[in-house]
Amino acid sequence: MFDSLSEKLESAFKQLKGEGRISEINVATTIKEIRRALIDADVNYKIAKEFTDKVKDKALGEKVLTSISPGQLMVKIVKDELTDLMGGTEADFDISQRPTIVLIAGLQGSGKTTFSGKLANFLKTKKGKKPLLVAADIYRPAAINQLQVLGEQVKVPVYAEVENKNAVEIARNAVEHAKKEGHNVIIIDTAGRLAIDEEMMQEVANVKNAVNPHEVLFVVDSMTGQDAVNTAKSFNDRLDFTGVVLTKLDGDTRGGAALTIKYTVNKPIKFVSMGEKLDTLDTFYPERMAQRILGMGDITTLVERA
Amino acid sequence: KKTKEGFFSKITKVIAGKDKVDEEVLDELETALVSADVGIGTTVEIIRRIEERVAKDKYVGASELNRLLQESIMSVLTDAPGNEFETFELPADKKPYVLLVVGVNGVGKTTTIGKLAHNFKKAGKSVVLGAADTFRAAAVDQLTIWSERVGVPIVKKEMGSDPSSVAFDAVQSAIARDADIVIIDTAGRLHNKAHLMEELSKIRRVIAKKMPDAPHEVLLVLDGSTGQNALEQARQFTAATDITALAVTKLDGTAKGGVVLAIANQFKIPVKYIGVGEKMEDLQIFNKEEFVDSLFSLQ
Ligand SMILES: Nc1nc2c(ncn2[C@@H]2O[C@H](COP(=O)(O)OP(=O)(O)OP(=O)(O)O)[C@@H](O)[C@H]2O)c(=O)[nH]1
Ligand SMILES: Nc1nc2c(ncn2[C@@H]2O[C@H](COP(=O)(O)OP(=O)(O)OP(=O)(O)O)[C@@H](O)[C@H]2O)c(=O)[nH]1
Ligand SMILES: [Mg+2]
Ligand SMILES: [Mg+2]
Repeated sequence: MFDSLSEKLESAFKQLKGEGRISEINVATTIKEIRRALIDADVNYKIAKEFTDKVKDKALGEKVLTSISPGQLMVKIVKDELTDLMGGTEADFDISQRPTIVLIAGLQGSGKTTFSGKLANFLKTKKGKKPLLVAADIYRPAAINQLQVLGEQVKVPVYAEVENKNAVEIARNAVEHAKKEGHNVIIIDTAGRLAIDEEMMQEVANVKNAVNPHEVLFVVDSMTGQDAVNTAKSFNDRLDFTGVVLTKLDGDTRGGAALTIKYTVNKPIKFVSMGEKLDTLDTFYPERMAQRILGMGDITTLVERA
Repeated sequence: KKTKEGFFSKITKVIAGKDKVDEEVLDELETALVSADVGIGTTVEIIRRIEERVAKDKYVGASELNRLLQESIMSVLTDAPGNEFETFELPADKKPYVLLVVGVNGVGKTTTIGKLAHNFKKAGKSVVLGAADTFRAAAVDQLTIWSERVGVPIVKKEMGSDPSSVAFDAVQSAIARDADIVIIDTAGRLHNKAHLMEELSKIRRVIAKKMPDAPHEVLLVLDGSTGQNALEQARQFTAATDITALAVTKLDGTAKGGVVLAIANQFKIPVKYIGVGEKMEDLQIFNKEEFVDSLFSLQ
């Protein structure tokens, strides 16, 4: 396999071995390797640089205790910083409102519709809620059918207006309908859109203004590369979303986009989606993600070898 | 819609008055390549090629420097054979031409098939679609809508059917209709799932039972916004199905799709099509020069 940070760091750490204190000289190679590893993991180029510069400042002058090597200390500093960065800020998912309105948005194919089904299933089976799914994607061929199939699978009703080509109206009507039918959570699935598509961005902003959602979730494919920074910024500027959903984490991507997004918009990652089946929704663990981005399957082994 | 300032106009500013590739030029180039998802390995390789060229051509003026940079990057793509494809023509001795479309989830396979069908039909070919994604919710409905939009027949079975039997039927139907091309959709699958990759190998084998030299083309669809993971996708899908070409989608966004440079560099798989939107007209035959230039456009 290529790009295993563990391997690279190990060789970089060999150079640190036997030194008593982390200095400019002995830290340079290590920092370079960490930066490269982050970029290989798809962390944005500039962010990787800023992040490693910060880590370097933290590490410089740190006394290396006799019990651990400089390498071990660097690993710890990097991982802790990354974990800190990815966690923080309140990550609660607030479903206390009656009804709680959740708006789902993101790029094409990121996994919004599938996530909508998963969230409905989770809220129904784990939280005892009575959700309503809303089909507000009026563009993609068979988007409504897709949500209906998922709704049937999790036994949650789907609100759709097959003939209506106005997403704002559909969303507004759905909220009325939900109130009448006693649904306490409303999940609105929207069409995929590009951040630079002004008309489409305006549409989703209009939907938001029309229904005042309590949660606006930005759904992003964990395989996303350097562009994550642009997309996250644009969607956040337009929607001021409340949280992020990382999808397709059942793949083998290192998922550096997670760091990019957190760094760029500082919004919590509220859920991770790990499969096509509707019960594969998970909460987000910053430390696991940090290890994944760094390509450290098992950090303790690395530290032992370092 | 989008304003793109060419990278080469920017780099021209950097190299104005210079007659050599210096650190500043290389740094600028590195930043541009890495931010376009080319990846560090390939970026280093491109920079090495540039340095080689510079060592050979003693003196380079600013305008030559421009060309030199562009050519060095393009040479990575040219290394992949078959990048010279230009029209929607089909080889006469392969009828029906069997095109199998594969890729991870949500990259744009079904949409690309709709667009391909439109383009082949426009080029006067008779097209049949095969709906072998029998798994994802409403996948067959989605392809059916595309077949109606474009006006081409579709072969389908109920959801949950064996995808290889749908592929088999689609090829059979294309033969019976004397069609020029049959395009087969498959379910999205992550390349690290062994059983799903084996299912693809099986689809391939079953198609070959009906037509021994088929599939004639296995198109791997990549999402242009995907980062370095696309390399692993290329590797694993090639192992399972012998990918012959790539389609890169969603290049109408701000993502650059630079990872295809890394793929061309490592696997020598040519890029054939790019997707630039959601409508059936939004498919283009890959053009190296344009791609390399857009790779460095600034938003
Ligand atoms: N393996 C895997 N596949 C996923 C996951 N989430 C979604 N998918 C798949 O990704 C593809 C796209 O998912 P959709 O839910 O249709 O994505 P979308 O964002 O609604 O797409 P558009 O509405 O077209 O923008 C489908 O094949 C899903 O089954 C995940 O966590 N893991
Ligand atoms: N902007 C843009 N969107 C695209 C492009 N190609 C596909 N899409 C959109 O991406 C989303 C997913 O496309 P699909 O064709 O369903 O992708 P798929 O690979 O068949 O997905 P699965 O079958 O679920 O794995 C849809 O919303 C498409 O409209 C493109 O070139 N540009
Ligand atoms: Mg959808
Ligand atoms: Mg599909």
